[in-house]
Amino acid sequence: MAEIIKKRDKISKEAGKTFNVIITGTGGQGLITLLDIITEAAVSQGLDVKTSELHGLSQRGGSINTHIRIGEKVHSPLVALGSADLVLSLEILESLRVINYANSETISLINRYSVPFIGTIPEKETEDKINKLVKGKKYVIPAAEICQKELGKDVVAGIYLLSYASFKKMLPLKPESILKAIFNRIPQKYLDLNVKAFKLAEKYANK
Amino acid sequence: MKKVLLGNEAIVQGALESGVDFVSAYPGTPSSEIGNIFGEIGKKQGVYFEFSTNEKTALEAVIGASFSGLKCLVAMKSFGINVASDALLPFVYTGTKGPVVIIAADDPSCWSSGQTEENSRAFAYLGHIPILEPSDAQEAKDFVKLGFEISEKFNIPVIVRTTTRVAHQRMPVEINPKLQIPNSKKKGIFIKDVKRFATMPPRVLEMKQELLEKIEKIRAYAEKSKTNRDPGLGKFTETRVSGKLGIITSGISYLYVKEVLEEFNLDIPILKLGFFYPLPEKKISFFVRDLKKVLIVEELEGYLEKEVKALVKETSPKLKIYGKDLLPEVGELNSEKVASAIAKLINKNLESNLTGNSPAGIRENWKLKIPNRFPRLCPNCPYWFVFSTVKEVAPKNTIFGGDIGCYMIAGFPPHNIQDYLLCMGASIGVGHGIKKALQRGSGQDSDQKLIAFIGDSTFFHSGIPALINTVYNKSNPLIIIMDNRITAMTGHQPNPGMGLTGTLEPAEEIKIEEIVKACGVKNLKVIDPKNIDEFKQTVREFLNKNEVSVIVAKRICAIWEKRRVKK
Repeated sequence: MAEIIKKRDKISKEAGKTFNVIITGTGGQGLITLLDIITEAAVSQGLDVKTSELHGLSQRGGSINTHIRIGEKVHSPLVALGSADLVLSLEILESLRVINYANSETISLINRYSVPFIGTIPEKETEDKINKLVKGKKYVIPAAEICQKELGKDVVAGIYLLSYASFKKMLPLKPESILKAIFNRIPQKYLDLNVKAFKLAEKYANK
Repeated sequence: MKKVLLGNEAIVQGALESGVDFVSAYPGTPSSEIGNIFGEIGKKQGVYFEFSTNEKTALEAVIGASFSGLKCLVAMKSFGINVASDALLPFVYTGTKGPVVIIAADDPSCWSSGQTEENSRAFAYLGHIPILEPSDAQEAKDFVKLGFEISEKFNIPVIVRTTTRVAHQRMPVEINPKLQIPNSKKKGIFIKDVKRFATMPPRVLEMKQELLEKIEKIRAYAEKSKTNRDPGLGKFTETRVSGKLGIITSGISYLYVKEVLEEFNLDIPILKLGFFYPLPEKKISFFVRDLKKVLIVEELEGYLEKEVKALVKETSPKLKIYGKDLLPEVGELNSEKVASAIAKLINKNLESNLTGNSPAGIRENWKLKIPNRFPRLCPNCPYWFVFSTVKEVAPKNTIFGGDIGCYMIAGFPPHNIQDYLLCMGASIGVGHGIKKALQRGSGQDSDQKLIAFIGDSTFFHSGIPALINTVYNKSNPLIIIMDNRITAMTGHQPNPGMGLTGTLEPAEEIKIEEIVKACGVKNLKVIDPKNIDEFKQTVREFLNKNEVSVIVAKRICAIWEKRRVKK
C-alpha cells in the first residue's frame, strides 16, 4: 500500500510515470460509465489519460475489461501484463481473468458479487483462488450488498467501488475530482443515486 | 480547448470542423458511434445524415453528393469496405468533385468481428486510394481534416483507416470550441460532365493513367507532410543505441513503440508514417541511410515491410529489415510484443522489466482454468423463443445457417445451432447452395432440412438478392427472418423496416413480408415467436415444403422496447 501511495504522489510530479487501472466485470455492469468518470476526474486534475474499451456483441453479457492509464504523458492505451496498479473488479470471477495484469504491488478491489452462468465455479472457490493466486493486496468487499441494503439498488456498486478506492487513496484521483466527474457525466435522473453511492463509500472507507 | 473524446467522437469532431455537408454510414463495430452521433446531431449542425441499407449504397449516396459538389464522409467497418468496393474502385478513377473521406474501421484480434481478421490497407493496392493511419484520438480528428484537404486538393477520395484500439480509445483532444454555430446547409449542384463521371471505355484507361499520375503528386505531398515524421530526430543525438537500429511504424503500433522506448529509456530513432499509401519513399530511404537494422512495427500483414524491402534494395542493399519474423501476423500488437521484438534486436531482456513479472510467473498464471463466459441473449429477447422452438421441432440432422447479428449467439451454448457463418446475407445464399448440392444426383430432394437465420437489417443489407436467387433457382431452405424491428447488435440503429430514418424522421416503413412475397415466395407467414404453438406448427409444416419458405418472426428487441417505453 505504501508503495502505491508513493507512486500515486509521484504521478503528478514525475514525467514518464503512469498509473495503470484495469476495470473488469460483465456486460451491462456500467464499466464504460466508470471509465468515463475516471477519465474526467484525471483530466480535471490536469493529468493526461488514455483508455481502451471494447464494444459489440461479445460484450453482451460476456466478460469485459477496460484499460485506463493516467500520467503526465501517456502513450499506449493498453496496460501491459504485470503492470496494473489498481484492478477494480465489479464481478468476483472476472477478477481471476485479469490475474496476469497484477504484480506484487497491485491493489485489487473486488466486488463480492457473482453474475452466474452455466459451468461457473462456486463463489467460495473463486475467493480461495483469489487469495491464493492474485498477486499484491486484495480486498474483496460486499459493495453490491451494501448498495442494495442502503440504497435499494446494487447497480451503483461500481461507483461505490471507485469512490471507496479514492477515499482509501488507492489511485491518484481525489474524492472531490471523482464527485465532480459524477456531477458532470451522470444523467440528472440517476445523479442522486450515484452521489449517494459516493457518500456511502466515504462512510465505509472511514470506518 | 481540450475535451476527452472517444476516437470515433474525434472523427465526428474533425468532420464538423472541416465543414462536412453530407454523411452516410452502415453500422459496424468499431465504427458504429460515428453514425450514431451524426444521427443525433446532424440536423442541429445542418449536416445531412443517413443510415443507408448497406455500405455500398452508403458510399454510392456519398459519390452522388460529391459529384454534386458537397463535402462528404462515409463510415463503415472493415467488411463494409468489401461490400462497398464495387463502387469504390471506379470512384477512385472518376475522382471526387466535393471532397470525400471514407472511414474504414479494422478490428485486429477480431474483438467484434466474425468474418476475417481483415487488413483493409490492402485496398490501397487494389484501388490506388490514399490511406491515412491515425494512432490516437487526436490524430483521428486531425487525419480526417487532412483527408479532406488531400481530397480537395487532388480530387480523390481518401480512406482514414482506424483500428479498434484507435476507434475505441479515449484521450483529451484539442477541439475548436467555436464550433457552436450550425454549418450552412449547402445545396449541391450537379453539373453534367460525362468525361469526368462516366467510366466507359476507352475513357476508363485514360482515367487510370490520370489516377496513377495523381498518386505520384500525392506522394510528393506526403514527402512534405508533417504526419510522416521522425519524432526523435534531433532530440537524441549522442546516446543512440549501438548497432544503429531504427524503427518504422504507423497507426496504433507507434504508441506501443513509444511506450517501450520510454519505459526502458532506449534511444532508437523512429519514423512514424501517417500515410500508408502513397508512401513517402524518399523520406523512408533518407531515414534508413545510416542504419544497419530497421524494425517495421505494424499490425497484421507486413505490407509496409514488403514496401520498405523493395524500396531500399538498391539504395541500402546491406540494411537488415525485420518485421513479421519478430512480430505476429495474427492478432493485435501491444507493448509486450513490441518489447520482445526490440529486445531480440538489441540483445537485452526487456520483457520482465516491462511486465513486472517473471516470464515464468506469467506462464504459470496462464495455466489457471477459468470457465468461459459466453455472450448471451438478453432477458426477454425474442430470439429465445425462436431458438428454443426451432431446436425442439427441427430434425436432429437439420443444418442451421447463421448470419451477422445478435443471433450469432445461436452458435454458443446452450443453443449450439449455427453450422456455418460467413458474411452478411450468406445464411440464405450459402443455404441455397447446400440445398442444391444435396438435391443433386437423384434429382430428388434430400431429407436433410436447412434453416437459415437472418435479421431484419441484414435481410435489407444483402439478404434480398440471395432470396431471389433461392426462389429463381429452386431450392427449398426454410428462412427465418428475425425481425426485431431495429439493428440491435451494433447499438440500436434505425433501419428501413422501422418507418424511421437515421435522424429519426418518419419514413416509408418497408414491410419485409411484402418484399418476400414480391420475390415469389409462396410459403410465407408472419408470426410473433412468443406464440410458440403457432410458431412450432409453422416450422413443422414449412420444413416439408418442396419450395423455399419464409417465416418472418416479428417481435421487437427487448432492450429497444424498454427504452421506447422509458422515452
